[in-house]
Parts: sequence; structure tokens; C-alpha cells
Amino acid sequence: MELRILATPLEQQELLDLPWDMPLEEWPEWYLVALPRGISRHVVRFTRLGQQIYALKEVVQSFADREYRLLRDLERLDVPAVQAVGVVSGREAPGGEPLDAILVTRHLQFSLPYRALFARMMRRDTVERLIDALVVLVARLHLLGFYWGDCSLSNTLFRRDAGAFAAYLVDAETGELHDRLSDGQRAHDLEIARVNIAGEMMDLAASGHLDDTVDPIAIGDHVVERYEALWAELTEWESFDVNERWRIARRVERLNELGFDVAELDIVTDIGGRTVRVQPKVVDPGHHSRRLLRLTGIDAQENQARRLLNDLDAYAAETDQQGEDEAIVANAWVLDCFEPVIRGVPRELRGKLEAPEIYHEVLEHRWYLSEEAGHDVGIMEATRDYVNSVLRHKPDELAVLGGTSADPEDTQPLGIPWNDLR
Amino acid sequence: MATVTYDKATRIYPGQDAPAVDNLDLTVEDGEFLVLVGPSGCGKSTSLRMLAGLEEVDTGAIRIGDRDVTHIPPKDRDIAMVFQNYALYPHMTVAANMGFALKIAGTPKAEIQRRVMEAAKLLDLVEYLDRKPKALSGGQRQRVAMGRAIVREPQVFLMDEPLSNLDAKLRVSTRTQIASLQRRLGITTVYVTHDQIEAMTMGDRVCVLKDGVLQQVNTPLALYDKPANVFVAGFIGSPAMNIATFDIVDGKAQLGEASVPVPTSVLSAVSAEDSSTLTIGFRPESLVPASSDNGGGGIPVTVDLVEELGADAYVYGHPTGPAAAEQVERMRSEAVIARVEPRMAPNKGDKVVFAVREGESHFFSAKTGERIEP
Repeated sequence: MELRILATPLEQQELLDLPWDMPLEEWPEWYLVALPRGISRHVVRFTRLGQQIYALKEVVQSFADREYRLLRDLERLDVPAVQAVGVVSGREAPGGEPLDAILVTRHLQFSLPYRALFARMMRRDTVERLIDALVVLVARLHLLGFYWGDCSLSNTLFRRDAGAFAAYLVDAETGELHDRLSDGQRAHDLEIARVNIAGEMMDLAASGHLDDTVDPIAIGDHVVERYEALWAELTEWESFDVNERWRIARRVERLNELGFDVAELDIVTDIGGRTVRVQPKVVDPGHHSRRLLRLTGIDAQENQARRLLNDLDAYAAETDQQGEDEAIVANAWVLDCFEPVIRGVPRELRGKLEAPEIYHEVLEHRWYLSEEAGHDVGIMEATRDYVNSVLRHKPDELAVLGGTSADPEDTQPLGIPWNDLR
Repeated sequence: MATVTYDKATRIYPGQDAPAVDNLDLTVEDGEFLVLVGPSGCGKSTSLRMLAGLEEVDTGAIRIGDRDVTHIPPKDRDIAMVFQNYALYPHMTVAANMGFALKIAGTPKAEIQRRVMEAAKLLDLVEYLDRKPKALSGGQRQRVAMGRAIVREPQVFLMDEPLSNLDAKLRVSTRTQIASLQRRLGITTVYVTHDQIEAMTMGDRVCVLKDGVLQQVNTPLALYDKPANVFVAGFIGSPAMNIATFDIVDGKAQLGEASVPVPTSVLSAVSAEDSSTLTIGFRPESLVPASSDNGGGGIPVTVDLVEELGADAYVYGHPTGPAAAEQVERMRSEAVIARVEPRMAPNKGDKVVFAVREGESHFFSAKTGERIEP
């Protein structure tokens, strides 16, 4: 069979040079990048081509093709997920034995597998923030009719988001895209998530990476509770007296707070006209990040965007521009605040964190400095101090290198290695 | 342990006219291994998911034992979807990997230990219980994953194409393992596959579906020997049955140069439905080279390819004669396939006349596709 690389032309060229005639497990180290891996059924490796890092997963062709198409669909639907680059099929060892296909995805910059976040010890609030991010992702997927089938921390990547996290889907192998999910599908998906996450927590506990105060089973249950509360807010009918119409606006505000825009709201008044019932019909995630993008062109996570927008409001007040056109003020804020701060970070330190996260941390830092000094510290002074006393000492997170444990086997996929079959 | 009953269960997807599963009536016996098989879109996965609670049931009901589960959430149905999540946790022992889902479900410790030990005995994993998965071979890891499902002691196992992500070699060995394990456990199992060989080798009974409609459910051998209609006849068996629509001329089935004898009972069934055509099927092993003095009967074929398998050889050919084009038109398969003695196989390009062994023709109504029993 002939080797077939289904990918964009640019990436096709670069992919050509990899040793496709070898089982992925046997690839020499010089092709590989040592990124921490989650627990996987399959052999997964990372490689660097040019400036970009790619994840390679060895799997039977029908699965590779299917996941490739699903990831492409998710990308079109604007779901936070890894981007599929291509499928390499028709692989053969030099002896002619056929090899499984390889699904190639682009590694998500500044993303962290949960195991990297547990490198030292995981505190309870960190665990809860991870769970919150994951629950938002699952609810988004369910709103779109996507059944995950294997939701877990291992199948998710996390990006920092103003002290919290934003979750990205990594593994869509068991996923299915439907027009709408049944309650049974949602419940089953959540049950899988609950068991998987509790299992992952137990595994962390077994390796001594989990704070004693964290109960793995309670964390699993927490996932379900958080999801159900969010799902109710996103989809349920709410009824109230006609005199309490302000509650319509409250519902919309609450959804905005959760990061969702309400594009359509269904409002029904009963025949007597005493009761009003409302239900959100179309909700779009990314309320703040879309607003920030529209005003400033800055691409940020939801919480980062909320933080930056707050700073923009503060800037408008301080500079007495509150009545001005929002877009003009936003432009001025970018020039006066955002860009100088980011430019104030030496180039070699820019791989530590994403720009909006750096800005968020500088704002935090400024707050502490000001409190200490007893007066307002300027943003540029805060930036200088932040770079030298904080950022310089942080690990590089552009592409997290180096395993999370001394023993690489700890994060190895537990597939079926060839030498076991001897 | 329990039976599973589909009672006129129907699923119609929103926005679709045709049901994905249409009035399914099916009972899976206690401890039985039932395989749902059919081409993609036949409703096999939907049927399984209705049982799992993932798909709504629009009309009809589904029962596990005597309990109507039609509107019960998946986790309260006492079923286990096997092989959905296959990852093992590296820092947990084999015992912990097998038992952690029970711990999450709040099962008492002693009970967890009992069930894990029992499953470990079944799976030959007792001596590995205290080890980490890293120390196990590939096959042992697979058994641990199976153990994870077994310790739940569900009433029903559900398996939706569980082998599709394995390579061909591993698929065959795992297939055998699952089937023998199921028999030892005696847990009612519903298994979905598109692969009829998998269905025939694993199932106590096999249920063939097409367009959401149950075609036939029976033991593998009964499906093979007495397919209820043309679809089942063509779907079950590898290589596939030869099927074509013949004209009834002078009490014989005629198609171009080919001629096949038809019992009178079948002839009268054909005329009873006011038809002059008949669909006939014969398996590759039912064809024998005809002797030259058979009076002009038989099926003349030009050999295109001979597949030598050692113990068997298969001849792939096309009809010959002036009416060959018309014959091909009325065949259901692309070639005429015959099993022959490997040491007496004809060569490519040879012309061979085959006859159907007596009593081995399958007759189907050309109008309804239903089997006509001679």
C-alpha cells in the first residue's frame, strides 16, 4: 500500500521527513519531544517540525479518519479542541508488514496536561478550578450535540485563564456528533466523566501527588453537581409572576457572568397574563472573550478577557473617557496599557506565559505592590518588578518540556508494546 | 442475571421519516450471547443504545428481566458497557484498577475484595493483583480492563464494536477470549458488530437487521442453512452466496445459458403469487463441476480468478454465453463464486459448467424476497 498523507500542503511537506516506516514506539529520540503525556490507550508521541510541535497518535485507520473528521467538525463549530492536521495511512515497515495509521494534531501552545499541574502537590482549589473548566467544556459540547464518550482529565488540556483554567478537548476518539443529545446520552457521558476523574484522582493519590484533604470520590461527584447546575442555568425554563419581569434581565446577566451570551430567549406568558416563563434558546460561550476580541483584537480566554475588560473600564474612568465611543477608548487602552506592558517583557521571557495571562498577572502584582507601598504604583513600574521578581522564575509553558516525573514510564501510554508479545 | 426484551421498540430520530429502529420485537435469553449484525445504518447500534438508555424509545418498551427500563437513566439500569474506557492507571495496583469503580459506587470494602478476587481467578490475574499495570504484558492489561467490567456484576453486558480499534491479529484472539469468558460468566450479553464473521463465530444467536427492521434471528448455523430472505442469504456467509433472479421456463429456472432444476412445490408457490420469475441462491460449496452428459443444464462460467487457500480453492468467474450481459444484470453479486478441490482447480480463462448439488438451492420469492421452502 502506498503511504498517504492527508494534510494541508504546508504541513504535508514537513511531515514527509518523518520515519513513517517504523512503529511509533520505536522512533529514535531525536525525532521526539519529551512532553508529558496523559494516560492513553494508544501510543502517543510528540515531534517538532519547524516552529510547531505535533502530537502523533498511532491507531487503526478507520479510527484515525473518524477522529480527524470529528476534530475538523469541532473546529468549525468553534469548540476549544486540539486542531487535527492530518492522517498518515498506508504505512508499511521495510519488511512489508502493515503499520497502523497515525493521526497528527497540532500541539496546543501554552497548554498543560493535568499531570503537569500536579508536578508537585495539587491543592484542593486548583483541583476545583480544573473541574470548573472541564464542566464548562462539557456543557459547551453538549449544547452542540457532541457526546464525548470518554471525558477525563487525561483527554483534556488546560490553558491558564486569569488564575483559573480554560479546558480544551484533546481526544475525540469515542466522540459522536448528533443534532441533539438525549438526556440519557448526557447522563452517560457525565457518568463516564465522574468515574474517570475519580479514578485519575485516586491514581494521583496513589503516587503521592494529591493533597490529603482532597477526596477523589467527592471530586467525581462535584463534577456532576457543577455540570447539572450549569446545565439548568443554560437550558431550563424559569417561571415567575408578571410583576417580576426584572428576573428576565437577571437570568441573562447570570448567563453572562458564566461566560455565555444569550442570542435567543423564549418568553411565554400564560393566558391570564399572570405568569411569565423564560428559557434560553441559543446561548453562545465566550461572552467576554468575544467582546474583547471585537474591541481590541486581543485573543484571550474568558476570564482573562473579563479581567482585561475590567481594566479597560478602569482606564476609561481614570482618563475621563467614559462617555467616549467604546472602540476608541479600547484602542487608546491597547496603546497606553496593554502593549507597553507586553513590550516590557524581554523577548526571552515571552514563552513563559501567554500575553493576556502576563497582563493579568501584572495587574495582580500591581495591586500587591500598591498595597505594600500605600499608594498607587504605575503599571510600568509594576511590570518591571513583576518581570524580575516573578516571571523570570516561572517555568516555560509555551510547550511544556520534560516529564512530570523522574520515571518516564509513569506517563507512558499503557498500550500493548510489541516486546510484550514476544 | 436476566433476560432482555424489546417489545415493539421504535426509535425515530427527529427530522427523519423512516424509523432508525422499527417495531423491534426481540427477546435475549438469560445468559445468552446475542449478536446484532447488519450493514451500517441498519439500526444495530441504535438498538443497543436504546437498551443502554442513550437513545430514547419513541414507542414500545424495553425490559431487563421483568423490569421496564424504558424511561430509566442509564446508570440505574444495571448494565455495563464494556471496553468503553480502556486506560489503566499506572500508580494503582491491578486490584485497585479493577475495583475502583466499585469504590466510587460505594460498595463495601470486603465486597470489593471478594469480587476482585473472583474476577482475578476467572482472568488468571490472581498472582498479579498487587502489581502495577506497567509490569503486565499487553494481553494481561487487556484482561484487567475486562475485569473492570466484570466486578460490577451487571445484569447485562453491552458491547458496541469493542474490537474495532484492534489490529486484525489481536482482534481474532480477543474475539475468542471474550466469547469464552462470556460463557464462563454466564452474563446476558448483547454485542454489536458489522462483521458477519465476528457475529457467526461469537454469538449463541445472531440477529440480522436492515433499515431498522429485524430480518431474522437464529443460531449461526440456522441463519446459514435457512436464510429467511434474500438479504440474510446475501449477508451471511463468506464468500457470499451466489444469488440471481431466474425466469421460469418449462418447469425449470432459466437465465441465459444457465439452467437450474426447481422442485414442483416451489413452482406452484411461484405461480400462486402470479409470477414467472424466481430468485435462487446457492453457496459456493454447493456448486460442483457438472458432468458433460447432464443434458445441457448447469451454469456455464468463465474463470476470472482462482483463489488457492490450501485446503480450499475458490473460483471467481462470470457467466458465459450469448446472454451473459443480461445474466450479470440479474445477479446480486459481482461474480459467480464456487469452491473447488484445490488440486483440481481450473485455470484462469477456462470455461466450466457448474451444477448445484441437489437440495442445496435456496429459493426466494422474486416479489417479496422471502424464502420459499420446497
